[in-house]
Amino acid sequence: MAIEERDPITGYSTTGHEWNGIKELNTPVPRVIYFFLIVTALFAVSYWILMPAWPLGVTYTKGLLGIDQRKTVNESVKLAALERSAWTKRIETETFTQIQAAPELMSAVRQTGPALFGDNCAACHGATAQGGKGFPNLTTTAWLWGGDPQAISDTIRTGINSTHKDSRTSQMMAFGRDGLLKKDEIDNVVAYVRSLSSASAAPALAATKIAAGKAVFTANCVACHSDNAKGNTELGAPDLTDHVWIYGGDAETIFMTIWGGRQGHMPSWDGRLSTLDRKILALYLVDLRRVTP
Amino acid sequence: MFGIHYRLERKTIGFLLAIVGVASIGGAVEIAPLFTIHQTVEDAPDMRVYTPLEIAGRNIYIREGCYACHSQMIRTLRDEVERYGPYSLAVESKYDHPMLWGSKRTGPDLARLGAKYSDEWHVTHLNNPRDVVPQSVMPHYSWLGRTALRSDDLGAHLAALRKVGVPYTDDMIANATADAYGQAAPDTSYAEGVTKRYGEATNVRAFDGRPGNLTELDALVAYLQILGKLTDAAHKPVAAIGD
Repeated sequence: MAIEERDPITGYSTTGHEWNGIKELNTPVPRVIYFFLIVTALFAVSYWILMPAWPLGVTYTKGLLGIDQRKTVNESVKLAALERSAWTKRIETETFTQIQAAPELMSAVRQTGPALFGDNCAACHGATAQGGKGFPNLTTTAWLWGGDPQAISDTIRTGINSTHKDSRTSQMMAFGRDGLLKKDEIDNVVAYVRSLSSASAAPALAATKIAAGKAVFTANCVACHSDNAKGNTELGAPDLTDHVWIYGGDAETIFMTIWGGRQGHMPSWDGRLSTLDRKILALYLVDLRRVTP
Repeated sequence: MFGIHYRLERKTIGFLLAIVGVASIGGAVEIAPLFTIHQTVEDAPDMRVYTPLEIAGRNIYIREGCYACHSQMIRTLRDEVERYGPYSLAVESKYDHPMLWGSKRTGPDLARLGAKYSDEWHVTHLNNPRDVVPQSVMPHYSWLGRTALRSDDLGAHLAALRKVGVPYTDDMIANATADAYGQAAPDTSYAEGVTKRYGEATNVRAFDGRPGNLTELDALVAYLQILGKLTDAAHKPVAAIGD
């Protein structure tokens, strides 16, 4: 099929096809298309040479630049740690009292604390650390296991009733469900416990109920909550005389607590948070308590 | 040079071979890396399999479309590593059929969620996310705790997963339904079977707080509490991986 006919206007040859006198031109691909095709091909070839690209049986071409995302991220994490090392070293080595006395370190704690708290603790304890039903408020002076920085840091490390081998463990028995106390005895204890924290509510509660409740309390509850009902941080038993309640301080909730028992869980953060992170968080929480009345 | 195509398209067989050649490049590029799979997927001898209850939870996770808003893949970026923990490794998804890496994060990444929060938190949160995270836009899943888990077909799920390479034993498949019940019912004879078949490290708890009452909530919380916990490979120093 030798087609030698040329279009007189454009100078291009025709395909030899004709429809009602209209002939199809065989216009060549514009040079610019070839240009970009060649440029992209050259880019691809140089990319193969510079970057990890081709599989070779059991290994692959690593590329001249030696770029590896895992190395890159490790280096950037290390670099960031190095940038912070001026103050992180001091927080790691100095005691809590020394750090609290150093305004520049506490300022670093106040800057990094909220991010650490937000990423790890806020889900349960709330963005403002004020907790919720079943999740303790961390801005008060009431701490189940002690509120000094070392105790807080230890609690973060081991967790409470967690799977960690050193976990803090505590459980309030189900006095009602397990038949240790009768319903009317629990009612009396509820009256007594409520009278401890709200003196104003006391007159409304029958004095005889409170007295009876006190007797039951002395027989059953003082082992953990101690004689004066102030709790025991060694056992994780809460103070019942303050206004801080984890599950609620109304009569119904207190009844449910005594009836069904309680056993809160805090996971262990050992392995997830470093010693430095835990120290920052402990200091941040103590500091938060100081600024929030 | 540009005349090659002109000549080629006039030879049927030659042109056909050229089409086959060019079309197979795409396939080759996707298949060839699989031959270097040992360089891509790390070894994790400590890797354990999902229990039947966790598989049931995973199926609920897929059914409810959790993957549409939550990824399970921590990328090799500094901010992700500092927020979520070590970046995800391929081996961690070895038994995921299908994988749930996801591509969008309306909520946070869940690859290292396991054991981060308590069961009580998950139950409260799934019941109504606003109870614990006031600004959350996640829908509530309060019916999960009221819906009994269908567990009679879990053996078939395990058998299907074994066909695609998950090392479930005949014993595991035969006892799947009993094990699903046992994992959420501690201190029963069923629970002992779970520990015996799946290892001491398996979480055996009343996940929804009500032992002996097997709900979809139990299954989903059991699954969420194992995310990132099947192997410790990602927590090892990087030098030890892939070399």
